[in-house]
Amino acid sequence: MKIVGHKLSFLENIYLFEIVRGLVITTRHFFYNMFFHIAHLLGYQQDVEAAVTIQYPEQTIPVSKRWRGVHRINTRPDGSPRCVACMLCETVCPVQCIHIVAEEHPDPAIEKYPVSFEVDVTRCCWCGMCEEACPVDAIYMDSGKIPKAGYSRQDLVYDKETLTKEVPLPGYQRSLNPPGAGAPKVNPMGL
Amino acid sequence: MPTLVIDDQKVTVDPGTTIIQAAKKLDITIPHYCYHPRLKSVDMCRMCLVEVKDIPKLQTACSTQVRDNMVVFTNNQKVLDARRSVLEFLLINHPLDCPICDKAGECMLQDFYFQFSRHTSKFKEKKQKKHKVVNLGPKIVLDSERCILCARCVRFLKEVVGTEELGIFDRGDHSEIGIYPGRPLENNYQGNLADVCPVGALTAKDFRFACRSWFLCQENSICPGCSTGCNVLVHSSERSYDKTLRRVYRLTPRDNDEVNQSWLCDVGRYGYHFVDDPDRLTAPSLKRGEEYVKVDWDTAFREVAQRLRGIFERYSPSSLGIIPSPQLTNEDLYMVKKFFNETLCITNIDFKLPGWNQGQGDGFLLKADRNPNTMGAELLGLSGIGPQAGEIIEKTRLGEIKALYLVGSDPARYLGEEKIASALSRAQLVVFQGSNYNYACKFAHAILPGATFVEKEGTFTNAQARVQKINQALRPLGESLPDWKIILGLALTMGYYFPYKAAEDIFKDIAREVTGFSGLDYKKVGDKGIKLALSGG
Ligand code: SF4
Ligand code: SF4
Ligand code: SF4
Ligand code: SF4
Repeated sequence: MKIVGHKLSFLENIYLFEIVRGLVITTRHFFYNMFFHIAHLLGYQQDVEAAVTIQYPEQTIPVSKRWRGVHRINTRPDGSPRCVACMLCETVCPVQCIHIVAEEHPDPAIEKYPVSFEVDVTRCCWCGMCEEACPVDAIYMDSGKIPKAGYSRQDLVYDKETLTKEVPLPGYQRSLNPPGAGAPKVNPMGL
Repeated sequence: MPTLVIDDQKVTVDPGTTIIQAAKKLDITIPHYCYHPRLKSVDMCRMCLVEVKDIPKLQTACSTQVRDNMVVFTNNQKVLDARRSVLEFLLINHPLDCPICDKAGECMLQDFYFQFSRHTSKFKEKKQKKHKVVNLGPKIVLDSERCILCARCVRFLKEVVGTEELGIFDRGDHSEIGIYPGRPLENNYQGNLADVCPVGALTAKDFRFACRSWFLCQENSICPGCSTGCNVLVHSSERSYDKTLRRVYRLTPRDNDEVNQSWLCDVGRYGYHFVDDPDRLTAPSLKRGEEYVKVDWDTAFREVAQRLRGIFERYSPSSLGIIPSPQLTNEDLYMVKKFFNETLCITNIDFKLPGWNQGQGDGFLLKADRNPNTMGAELLGLSGIGPQAGEIIEKTRLGEIKALYLVGSDPARYLGEEKIASALSRAQLVVFQGSNYNYACKFAHAILPGATFVEKEGTFTNAQARVQKINQALRPLGESLPDWKIILGLALTMGYYFPYKAAEDIFKDIAREVTGFSGLDYKKVGDKGIKLALSGG
């Protein structure tokens, strides 16, 4: 291993000069931005950019179409989740933040469904593997949302009801079927 | 003795052996569905086709007997092509159910498809639709679409159980497994059908959708359901993020020619639920007035020790009664005997509550004695030292016995609640040590939670005097401890030290002191157990 050191010069060693230099940089940015922001307001110098602060959460920056936001569970025409509780997302999830409890569905053509489906977004690493693993067009991360803050950890464990209510951000939908569309009975054979 | 060559390896086997058995000797697995080592071969699935030199057509390895100088190829192109075609054929009408199929992950169809075929379907016609979620009885569900018609289930019920409830109905690709009208599966061995079925056509209701097979850990153990001591695999899961998912999901049989072959009876198979029952005792508790307060082990030991000592000083050792249970391991029972009998000189120790061995046997695996370690308790001398357990209870009722220590036993189950209530309410001290709440706990002054058979290491001695080992599959629930550790702790509090760190150390002492066990250790007991050398059989 090669260690690249930086030997401080005399001026750097006495600090005072460096403090002044730093102040100069900050002040320059301050006046530069103030000048151009006022100019923008008055309609001048539109082609020169000045630094911006985004007022999150009132304001958000547009994200890419491939961006992975809060999960949602796609639904069938009757509003029930398309998920068949195969637990492939639970299996593939590298941080084990998906917890599913499966049960027998009264309709033999559906057979298996999740009675409980939880995504712990505090643990999620937003890798999107759950989306890829799902065989039935059920779990997607195209809601375009960043998880909100919560008062407790449990607030950040999203349950089945929350997840099925999410919809894709317009224009961002990655699922084959929009929520509430597609075949009424999803078994892995037919989407 | 014929000598043959399989895939360039020479092997000598007994005459009459089939190719598949000879290959197994060489650790060559020939893929198969309908063949089962404990059922007659029927050549139904055609999956085990192999090439035999000088025979123009491929031969079924499950039924072709070996000849001297036979040359067999199990993996050449011709065989692989045939295998692929068979798989393609089997999958023609097969549904794409793997995501919701309980067998997925341990399905021979899935495995062999990925290993040998990986074809894309060429089938253009409509798939044959069949019945799904068919109830065959109280324990088994059938999905006809997933069935590959290997008839293993039919043959199992015919050849092993003898009840013949299942049959194949209809013809051609309409064939379906089914029961006869009004005759659902009712035998005590139907749980095996889910194991015997190579695919997900027959699944167990008990395990249905409970867990995906790949989340499960397996540990060798022994069924605690009766004195046969069938060898089992405990499938459990202890996924870290959620404590409620810590549970046993199923028991499956483990091969042992001497004990249970490849089978398990349903009483034992579904008898594990007490392990995760809400009535499990999880923390040591002491009675204060009418309430029970949870305390730590030290406090519990101190209190029990102090009260035991008080009774000793006021009366004599004969005012103490111990009732252990033949559900405990040899190690637990040895500690009971060593501490209470040999150290404290208590002679009122007996495990034979009236009716203790009067279940209903069935002549095959299930025995009337529903305790896994009766023989062990017998050999370790936990009976016949003093009065019988029934008399101990009676003496408690008469006030001759002042303190009763129950180790895992449930006297109310055999003697009725009334009798137990009248006896235990008269005792000055009742200590209950065990895994689950039972009626006797109502009268206990101290409750010491014990671990269940999946949470500890130890050995059981079955009715044939075969010592078999159980292993720990789960951590003990809550603060519960293996029973031998509880007695060790109590002994230490009372001032007696036993140098045991693990169940294995106790077993070494058992081997040293108890007739029949001499020379044994856990290594010799192994996975399959070992028969004790007892004089007179
Ligand atoms: S995005 Fe990745 S980490 Fe998050 S739930 Fe899906 S698989 Fe798990
Ligand atoms: S992979 Fe899809 S169908 Fe399977 S459990 Fe996850 S969301 Fe449900
Ligand atoms: S039987 Fe096997 S191949 Fe068929 S659906 Fe079940 S797991 Fe998949
Ligand atoms: S149900 Fe299972 S065991 Fe029975 S014939 Fe079908 S595949 Fe074979």
